[in-house]
Amino acid sequence: MKSFTYERAQSPAAAAAAAARHPDAKFIAGGTNLLDLMKLEIETPAHLIDVNGLALDKIEPTQEGGLRIGALVRNTDLAADARVRRDYAVLSRALLAGASGQLRNKATTAGNLLQRTRCPYFYDTNQPCNKRKPGSGCAAIGGFSRQHAIVGASDACIATHPSDMAVAMRALDAAVETVRPNGATRTIPIAEFHRLPGNTPHVETALSPGELITAVTLPKPTGGVQIYRKVRDRASYAFALVSVAAIVQRDGTGHVALGGVAHKPWRLESADAQLPRGAKAVTAELLSGAKPTRENAFKLPLVERTLGAVLTEAKG
Amino acid sequence: MTSPSDFELSRRKLLAGTAASVALTAAPSIVNAQAPTIAEQNAAAGSATLKVSFTVNGAARDLTLDTRTTLLDALREHLHLTGTKKGCDHGQCGACTVIIGGRRINSCLTLAVMHEGDSITTIEGLGTPEKMHPMQAAFVKHDGYQCGYCTPGQICSAVAVLDEIKAGIPSHVSADLNTPVQLTSAELRERMSGNICRCGAYSNIAEAISEVAGRPA
Repeated sequence: MKSFTYERAQSPAAAAAAAARHPDAKFIAGGTNLLDLMKLEIETPAHLIDVNGLALDKIEPTQEGGLRIGALVRNTDLAADARVRRDYAVLSRALLAGASGQLRNKATTAGNLLQRTRCPYFYDTNQPCNKRKPGSGCAAIGGFSRQHAIVGASDACIATHPSDMAVAMRALDAAVETVRPNGATRTIPIAEFHRLPGNTPHVETALSPGELITAVTLPKPTGGVQIYRKVRDRASYAFALVSVAAIVQRDGTGHVALGGVAHKPWRLESADAQLPRGAKAVTAELLSGAKPTRENAFKLPLVERTLGAVLTEAKG
Repeated sequence: MTSPSDFELSRRKLLAGTAASVALTAAPSIVNAQAPTIAEQNAAAGSATLKVSFTVNGAARDLTLDTRTTLLDALREHLHLTGTKKGCDHGQCGACTVIIGGRRINSCLTLAVMHEGDSITTIEGLGTPEKMHPMQAAFVKHDGYQCGYCTPGQICSAVAVLDEIKAGIPSHVSADLNTPVQLTSAELRERMSGNICRCGAYSNIAEAISEVAGRPA
């Protein structure tokens, strides 16, 4: 691990300002992804700003009838919150499908959104990777790509986003609240928060330098049957090959987002509109631009079958 | 990491141990300074140190550590509490599981300096060979191990798992999110998935935890 200096932030705005003063700084909250990457020297911050002392660990009702989830709310606490279990079950289920009990106790809401990809070539510093070292190439293209993206990828990167939580938040139309180094705050819709790789796969989110996530808000509950179905190589403690977050109303309308298939949680409102017509129609729309590799082409029928199972379950 | 592994070392040994890195990177003024502190030496070597105070197994501990020191390394290398094991060092195996404020975490994926004021329980704090914690006794009774390397993490995790179930925290296999968690074998196995046993003693581990939980395996 590269050496770094360390400070404990006193307020969200002060944390963002400190990040602006140290161009090589990173915020650290749970640290479960960042420290893993620092040990491998994939992340090499010269300065860490510990935000754990900030009072961002509450889940509170919003004026609009939704919930504001503090950036530091641990995955365990968010999944176990009675309001989330009752009104946003897809989020609770997605969180519980991810990581291990130990990691969920440490991992935070904001940190989960900012997880880096689990692409093995991103992790292997002997391999080219445009995300780790811009311009060096992509070893996953033409390499072992069973886990990789089938939609929204580019010639520079075919990595997937590893989060389960973010897939549920995308289906729920969540929004990300932030503060910038100048103290200004803004709200970013989750749909615009994560980026597709394009020619700059190292730029993964809409956050500007030094910008700190302070909360994630959920709109007023919409009801419906909420399901998160994750298909993976082990029954527990593994990343998704494919996952489906679905909110299905009694009239057959709803929202569907996919995990494990793209550089970001994958949802198309045009595909939501196909929900009353069934899984085949929704999948055709969601994956209309799919460019799978020979190794991950299995994800196309897997999405349709998983979605089919979810919609059958939703009908009860 | 070039920092000394033990702050109980004499400064003479310490200087010898860090001489190479100091010589490579130190500013001349630091080399010539009189009686440099450990912090100054490490700063000269391009690293940073901080003081941190926390409680381990009921005893207050004060350490001055390189900022890079994980909680796991602080426990093992600095406090000589070697019951907590280093397996993968990347949060994948669970051998380093400790309990902080009643919650289990991977001590390898957290920095010691992030735990100012925390109350940490390791396997040594759960029980002793003379006075074992019920979970330790159950692991012995059911032969819940072969080589034993993952065992401290398994036991710390298992103790916390039963508390999580008591607190009503749901899991991936909980059938209903809005009713109390049922104490089933599937619940225990799902909740223990962050602890890997390469010897494959899982069935006996499950029996040990089940006995303490008060249910048939």
